[in-house]
Amino acid sequence: MVENDRWGTLFAHIILILGVAVVVFPVYVALVASTHEGGTFLRGVMPLLPGSHGWENYSTVIIEGRSNAGAPPIGGMLWNSFVMAMAIAIGKIAISLLSAFAIVYFRFPFRIFFFWVIFVTLMLPVEVRIVPTFEVVAQLNMLNTYAGLSIPLIASATATFLFRQFFMTVPEEMLEAARVDGAGPMKFFKDILMPLSITNIAAMFVIMFIYGWNQYLWPLLITTDDSYYTIVMGIQRMVTGGDSEPLWHLVMATVVLAALPPILVILFMQRLFVKGLTETEK
Amino acid sequence: MARIVIDDLHKVYAGGVKAVTGVSLDIADGEMIVLVGPSGCGKSTLLRMVAGLETITNGTLTIGDRVVNDLEPADRDIAMVFQNYALYPHMTVRGNLAYGLKNRGVSKPDIERRVNEAAAMLEIADFLDRKPRALSGGQRQRVAMGRALVREPAAFLFDEPLSNLDAKLRVQMRVEIRQLQRRLRTTSLYVTHDQLEALTMADRLVVLNGGVIEQVGTPMDVYAKPASVFVAGFIGSPAMNMIDAGYLRDHGSMPAEMPSGTDIVGVRPDDLLLAKPEGPHLALQGTVALLEPAGAESHIYVTLDGNSAPLTVRVQGLPSVLEGQGVPLYAPLSALHPFNKASGKRTD
Repeated sequence: MVENDRWGTLFAHIILILGVAVVVFPVYVALVASTHEGGTFLRGVMPLLPGSHGWENYSTVIIEGRSNAGAPPIGGMLWNSFVMAMAIAIGKIAISLLSAFAIVYFRFPFRIFFFWVIFVTLMLPVEVRIVPTFEVVAQLNMLNTYAGLSIPLIASATATFLFRQFFMTVPEEMLEAARVDGAGPMKFFKDILMPLSITNIAAMFVIMFIYGWNQYLWPLLITTDDSYYTIVMGIQRMVTGGDSEPLWHLVMATVVLAALPPILVILFMQRLFVKGLTETEK
Repeated sequence: MARIVIDDLHKVYAGGVKAVTGVSLDIADGEMIVLVGPSGCGKSTLLRMVAGLETITNGTLTIGDRVVNDLEPADRDIAMVFQNYALYPHMTVRGNLAYGLKNRGVSKPDIERRVNEAAAMLEIADFLDRKPRALSGGQRQRVAMGRALVREPAAFLFDEPLSNLDAKLRVQMRVEIRQLQRRLRTTSLYVTHDQLEALTMADRLVVLNGGVIEQVGTPMDVYAKPASVFVAGFIGSPAMNMIDAGYLRDHGSMPAEMPSGTDIVGVRPDDLLLAKPEGPHLALQGTVALLEPAGAESHIYVTLDGNSAPLTVRVQGLPSVLEGQGVPLYAPLSALHPFNKASGKRTD
């Protein structure tokens, strides 16, 4: 706003605070719920102030797990989620960088055709192709493996397009200068293009890590061995598993812990992430 | 150090567009050749063919004693300075200079020595550890030069390297490039659309138009005796005046000495005089349309009765003529350039 309008400013702040409250409140409730003892929730009243059992609850989910209800300690699930999210994020970036590089810098037969093939895969997310993909993964004996968890999710049209758009803004003279300087295609890719795309890579990494971390349906489908459970589906098992009432205090503690790694990734990469999404400096 | 022989080079783009048609040029070792012409005349294409950035459709290109038609740019032993500098933005100046040497497997101490030498020569030693974005346009230009220099190549190729600089810096860099080239005696091919740059920098200049060479010669030769109407109009500023021979005949002032086939007579703005010269001359009568003072000199635009395009007259200082005033114009016969309209060529 250009003018110093008091009421306008006040109004804007109220809207913003309301918006933040709507987003933050559920997180707050989860935090609060994770500090009460199990019995609290059976009364059907949600406490809004922190309880005194936080330490106890967190140590329970981290150390013991809920062996009686079929859920392992969450350390293993967090690790599985981490491996899967990393594999997906790194795999997606590696493959999209290379395919964008091929599409932008090489003149090969059916280039446009392949470009459109990649484009069409945008219309085929995992949920749409889940049955055939499951069949393929099963035939390849990749059920209950990290490979099975990550590989089918690695191809990424979105990231390919992002990198393609970025590569097209790199002046052609950069390639020519590199050619005169004796850099072959892969050397150009490694020495010039990769360092130039570092902010875009960081942005993609954050987005893709969270995408991988939040995968729910796919791990649910292909893991039957609980040593390959991921945290997000693990939460679901905790809620529905066992005959007893769900132990909300432990579920919420797990939820809070499950939300931490993506937050950490964003915090660590925030500077590059924002740069990658906003900056167009050459 | 190398001689470059361009023999009947052709470039036809995929769509059938002919960019360069049969250009031949023999560039002596250590010579500075300037390719000059309007946009789209094929000068950049020609340079890029020499660099190896464009394929050669037809003809042979020899650098040193090797035919390099099918060699990669890196294997041609040339270095290029680009119009937008094309510095690697994520590398320091030192990294930019060293990159080409590193790729060639030059030893570390050697790289260090050559980078420092080039940096000293170009006076960029103080910002070797800065990134290009922290440099001004002129400094970036020097770094781009340095990147070419450290390679110690057989030939420098310049692709309009000064066109992104402001006018003052351009003049300064022009002088520096010329001095550097004189000192190093490295064969150079320099592309520009600026005729003044071409005149001042070239050992020989090559005027290109429509993918063919219009004229090759030393700057003074080309200026004094342009081979075609195109060259006459392109080299020299303000441009040469072209007077239709029919107009001169109608007014009884067509000199009898003009060679046969002459139907355009060119005369440089400097050679049009307000006072009657001694010796044989051409005489015209016109009206001052506009007086344009330009500091040390002035330009007078004179319309001839019945000839549409006004003539430009360049005089020293500020002349005492008024706009709308009738003036006589004279040109010594020795200063006239006779051309044929159909062929565009000089007739004498």
